[in-house]
Amino acid sequence: MSKTITKITPNKPVFIDNDPQDALVTLNIGPTHPATHGVFQNVVQIDGERIVSGVSTIGYIHRAFEKIAEHRPFYQITPLTDRLNYCSSPINNMGWHMTVEKLLEIEIPKRVQYMRVIVMELARIADHIICNGILGVDTGAFSGFLYVMQEREFIYEIFEEICGARLTTNIGRIGGFERDFNAIAFQKIEAFLERFPPVLKEFEELFVRNRIFIERTSGVAAVTPEEALSYSWSGPILRATGVDYDVRVVSPYCSYEEFDFDVPVGTTGDVYDRFMVRNAEMWQSLRIIEQALRKIEKEPVGVFHADVPAFYLPPKEQVYTNMEALIYHFKIVMGEWETPQSEVYHSVEGANGELGFYLIHDGGRSPYRLHFRRPSFVNYQMFAPMSSGMLLSDAIINMSSLNVIAGELDA
Amino acid sequence: MDNNSVLDNLRVAFGESISLIGEPHGLLTVETSAASLIALLSHLKEDSTLGFNYLTDITAVHYPLQIGREYCVVYHLHNMYENLRIRVKVFLDKDHIHIPTATVLWNGANWMERETYDFYGVVFDGHPDLRRILNMDDLDVFPMRKEYPLEDPNRVDKKDFYFGR
Repeated sequence: MSKTITKITPNKPVFIDNDPQDALVTLNIGPTHPATHGVFQNVVQIDGERIVSGVSTIGYIHRAFEKIAEHRPFYQITPLTDRLNYCSSPINNMGWHMTVEKLLEIEIPKRVQYMRVIVMELARIADHIICNGILGVDTGAFSGFLYVMQEREFIYEIFEEICGARLTTNIGRIGGFERDFNAIAFQKIEAFLERFPPVLKEFEELFVRNRIFIERTSGVAAVTPEEALSYSWSGPILRATGVDYDVRVVSPYCSYEEFDFDVPVGTTGDVYDRFMVRNAEMWQSLRIIEQALRKIEKEPVGVFHADVPAFYLPPKEQVYTNMEALIYHFKIVMGEWETPQSEVYHSVEGANGELGFYLIHDGGRSPYRLHFRRPSFVNYQMFAPMSSGMLLSDAIINMSSLNVIAGELDA
Repeated sequence: MDNNSVLDNLRVAFGESISLIGEPHGLLTVETSAASLIALLSHLKEDSTLGFNYLTDITAVHYPLQIGREYCVVYHLHNMYENLRIRVKVFLDKDHIHIPTATVLWNGANWMERETYDFYGVVFDGHPDLRRILNMDDLDVFPMRKEYPLEDPNRVDKKDFYFGR
């Protein structure tokens, strides 16, 4: 029998254990293998097509965000959060803003909260589109991906209208938004609610009852709720196992408690269930956006940030004419605001699961310690153990259904 | 169940070996020692009235100025049934940065502890596979410690005169 994999050298392929007399073959999947999503390396031992054991190596795009965050004022940390899960940056941005607002105990106007809900749910749809579309591609169905990709483009156009950026959005500010949604943004959101349901329906029809897709995904990588909880899974993949844990419902933020939506759960926790849960969540997100738009109409027009002059930058024209505004501008930009010494854990339901921010603040200019609880990192650690006994091609679709984003994995 | 009843339960079970740090923003925070950590975590997980079944996060903090308590390992647990969270802190001396592993209770602790080791050098005794995870294997420092600078303070390639200023 083969030797076990003893040493993983992350920058070099591992061939040292590859004895030609062995029944087992050591295979490097990645880094940058076309079938992996980003820079992942998995060294697996295979017996024919079946994986016997595996080790994951991660960290190829580690960028030391936690260290950098200790040297930056709060508002400069938002762009770092963009680059965690770059498929749904707005959720990360909002999570960070809410963490700071919790620390500073800022009350956010309802209209701003609803605006945030819209942005976050659009981001969730964009993220799920990627995951499910790519899952289709990995199982051999390319066209579904192209249909929904167009809609993702449209979501990015909405983000562009709101904040000027598409992928790494840096959307919103501590205390609210940098500007109000303009009329075109609202029109585009309405248009999206019109045009997306038929596309999503078509996408579902391509897959849900497709025999090839079902045989390819059903029963693959099934996970019990006990295992999933023991591995601290969260998000759609945990709900696919049947656990109805959703941060939006359990610890509501941004007035999610006022919205009427369902938490879809699966039964077996296999790849098919994860696909179905993500699809169902997109329908729920559409419901939430629809409700949020109706709620915004009832709120006073033009409110897009909280009334906290000590933390929210004043308008530029006032900085030139108004002494108070100049002082606040200077204090905020230089990080000279008075902030309480405290520690905060705040979590939001990211597209992949519970995205937590643990902030320890000593009253200084930048955080004393900031830790990101990154769902991809926590979810991915089960990948290698659960791959044992799986077919190599099943492991690939298992990976795409976990929706591990390299940026979030490696921080 | 609320923070007070959790705290009462822990005081009965553990007495002097836990102490209350506070409830910042409603999150009960207790301190314990490395020796009684696993007993406390498994009590929190398995006691029928507590039920903190979910390990949310493990991380560490470095306080170089607290002599004898330089490193703090922080555990976030979550009771999913009643939506209650608790934060457990263990302070460690810089000469003996050892703490028992929580992988005996949660499989998910594996990578969280590896990450903590990678960045702070906290050694989790009994961990099945304590290697660096995000940094390269031959790195000889623990980069999140406060003495480790963000940039090399001696580097000259950012001096103004190179840019004609």
